[in-house]
Amino acid sequence: MDMMRPMPLPPETAGAAADKPIVISVRELRAGYGAAPVLKGVNLEVKEKTVTAIIGPSGCGKSTLIRCLNRMHEAIPGATCDGQILLGGRNALDMDPVVLRREVGMVFQRPNPFPTMTIAQNVAAGLVLNGVRDRAVLAETVEKSLRRAALWDEVKDKLDAPGVGLSGGQQQRLCIARALAVEPRVLLLDEPCSALDPIATGRIEELLIQIKDQLTVVIVTHNMQQAARVSEYTVFMLMGEMVEYGLTRKMFTQPADKRTEDYITGRFG
Amino acid sequence: MITAVLDRARKVPGSQERAGDRLFRRVIAGFAGIILLAAVALAWQLTRESAETWKTFGLTFLWTSDWDPVADVFGALPFLYGTAVSSILALLIAVPLGVGAAVFLTELAPPRLAAALMFAIELLAAVPSVILGLMGIFILVPFMRWLGAPYGVGMLTAGLILAFMILPYITTITREVLLTVPRPLKEAMYALGATRWEVVSGVSLPFARSGIIGAVFLSLGRALGETMAVTMVIGNTPQIKASLLEPGYSMAAVIANELAEAASDAHLSALVAIGLTLMAVTIVVNGAARLMLYRLKK
Amino acid sequence: MNEEVYARRKKVNALMFALTAVCAAVASGTLLAILGYIAWKGASSISWAFLTNIPKPLGEQGGGIANSIVGSAKVVGLAGLMGIPVGVLAGVYLAEYGRGKYAFAVRYAADVMNGVPSIVVGLFAYALIVHPMKKFSALSGAVALAFIMVPIVLRNTEEFLRLVPGTIREAALALGVPRWKVTMFVILPTAGRGILTGALLALARVAGETAPLIFTAFGNRFSDNGWLNPIATLPHTIFTYAISPYEDWHNQAWAAALILMAFVLLVNVTARVWLRPSSGTSH
Repeated sequence: MDMMRPMPLPPETAGAAADKPIVISVRELRAGYGAAPVLKGVNLEVKEKTVTAIIGPSGCGKSTLIRCLNRMHEAIPGATCDGQILLGGRNALDMDPVVLRREVGMVFQRPNPFPTMTIAQNVAAGLVLNGVRDRAVLAETVEKSLRRAALWDEVKDKLDAPGVGLSGGQQQRLCIARALAVEPRVLLLDEPCSALDPIATGRIEELLIQIKDQLTVVIVTHNMQQAARVSEYTVFMLMGEMVEYGLTRKMFTQPADKRTEDYITGRFG
Repeated sequence: MITAVLDRARKVPGSQERAGDRLFRRVIAGFAGIILLAAVALAWQLTRESAETWKTFGLTFLWTSDWDPVADVFGALPFLYGTAVSSILALLIAVPLGVGAAVFLTELAPPRLAAALMFAIELLAAVPSVILGLMGIFILVPFMRWLGAPYGVGMLTAGLILAFMILPYITTITREVLLTVPRPLKEAMYALGATRWEVVSGVSLPFARSGIIGAVFLSLGRALGETMAVTMVIGNTPQIKASLLEPGYSMAAVIANELAEAASDAHLSALVAIGLTLMAVTIVVNGAARLMLYRLKK
Repeated sequence: MNEEVYARRKKVNALMFALTAVCAAVASGTLLAILGYIAWKGASSISWAFLTNIPKPLGEQGGGIANSIVGSAKVVGLAGLMGIPVGVLAGVYLAEYGRGKYAFAVRYAADVMNGVPSIVVGLFAYALIVHPMKKFSALSGAVALAFIMVPIVLRNTEEFLRLVPGTIREAALALGVPRWKVTMFVILPTAGRGILTGALLALARVAGETAPLIFTAFGNRFSDNGWLNPIATLPHTIFTYAISPYEDWHNQAWAAALILMAFVLLVNVTARVWLRPSSGTSH
């Protein structure tokens, strides 16, 4: 199994990351469904233009955490959420969720392109649905977003083909392009590669490393090697609590908390 | 308890409805409200227009047989009788046919044949009532006369034509239910050495029983309200006779034939009263059908 | 094992299945028999004149059903204009906000409407419009047909909306799109094909309805005179001609039946083809 091989070292840029400003600040976040609490007071900070990975065993609350960041969590009936999520000084929990979601975008576990739209229409959907009509602007945005999602070369000749006709990996990159088209400050990804094969996974990891120069990336992953490969910061969660959070390089070589060490060395999870 | 916990955990503010969403919700709620309005209006209108009849005759309206528009004497029994008998006849014919067809299509027919035949049966449900009536007048009625019926039109003819109308419903619902019989149940029977038919009669049909009964009620509801095909072959004579070969009348048929030229307000009121009765019976029967079929969906 | 008993059981098995095969043949053969017979009897009377002329006085040759065809188109068309939007939007409401007492009442009302026999719906339209206006009209016929259409379209719309996967809604919301736009511009179009097909089927269904029109639209041997006057419709004409004693009218009834049946068949088969799962989805 993979755990026997030595962990790949995280990117060298980690040192420079320490000077970057904070874009999201989470303070005492509590969330749950009905009577059952899932997050029990999470505190963390996400630095701008970095990749932050959230890892932890199943049920630790990492998906709930990321879904609170763009308030998708509250779309579930009976969901509760309390605390502060500061985005540039404003508490996201007090904002209009629609406005928030234009600044904080999300890509989901299974690719979900809109079935009745073409590739181009999918990418432009966020803009069109918010009233952008100018065809030139739309075409330009479509190309730019597809390039950033490393999909342009493969689909530039078939922009009018149905979005659902692409392969799984391509569909997921299409979803990334669609999310990027509205120019968010932060892109959240909830286990984006779990339904994909290793080659498709690799292409997405590559593009995440590319785009972090332009926006902040937060990625939930159950794959520790993936966290080590792409992120500069890692958050380790366990049973609704944030156990440890820091530079990826440090966490994987000298974890401060024993629970982190147990998870990383594979003693559980 | 749970609500207390919910109150303590502050519900996310700003998850209040946006103005655009609220307006949208109210508009479409309004459209949904039209339906409520229509249903209530229907019930109210029918009650109002038939009030005179109920006042004049009371409930005896439903069990007297004198129907005389000229003398303003109205008794609806012949029509209730006709509706009931023709519908029951239809069920007696269609249920064995429909269940038999469903069994064949589910258990025995190769899939492509079954699909094709099902298609033909389902399309039968789309045939307009008046066209079935047309076939009734020019094919079934002469056929009945050839068989020996004195008039050709009559209760039995109406029952036959109604049977064809409800056959698709019995067949499709029975087939759906038969498809839900759990395979392990059937396999257990087979393992005991049962023949195919024994599995069907011993396991599948008993399992499907409440679904089939639901289908029966549903079809009964349809048959009760059928107008055109019935009025074209039943003979349109308000009488109660023992013989099924004698002409009769049904509730729906008399409304269709007499309303346009209703002689007086009393006449109109009587016809509406029949309509109200018909509707009440249909609602009850359909309610029973839904109950049975709902238990199935679990 | 007892050979005799087993042989008998096998015979019963074969017999029962032969019987059920006969049942299936009768059930499926009926449609083919109807189609075949109508085509045979009706085809000879169909001509361009038949389709474009209005009825001629009794005894004269060459009458047609043009007014019935136009009348049906008008009445069914108006019914659709009234009934489809109500059915679809109410369906959207139930699919989006379907919990609560109001939604329950709406659903119950729709179920009741669905079960009301069409003749009683006609009574309602008569009491509502014909009686106060003191005359028959195309409008009253259209109202009756709309009443019949609404619960059908409603149930169909709600069903297809619920079939849209939740992931689609999530994806749209995550782009920062207001909820109502997600519903109208993403979810509704995704379910669009199913909803449209349902609406078409409802139109075909009411196009064949006769009972409620007998005393609302009433029929008209001439071209119609607007919405507030009696109008001829195809199924009603078939009925009138069929029960008449004139052979020429009988022939016309068969031909008209052929036209009506062809229309109903066309819509139903088209609907089936459209609703077959497309080969484009890759899940």
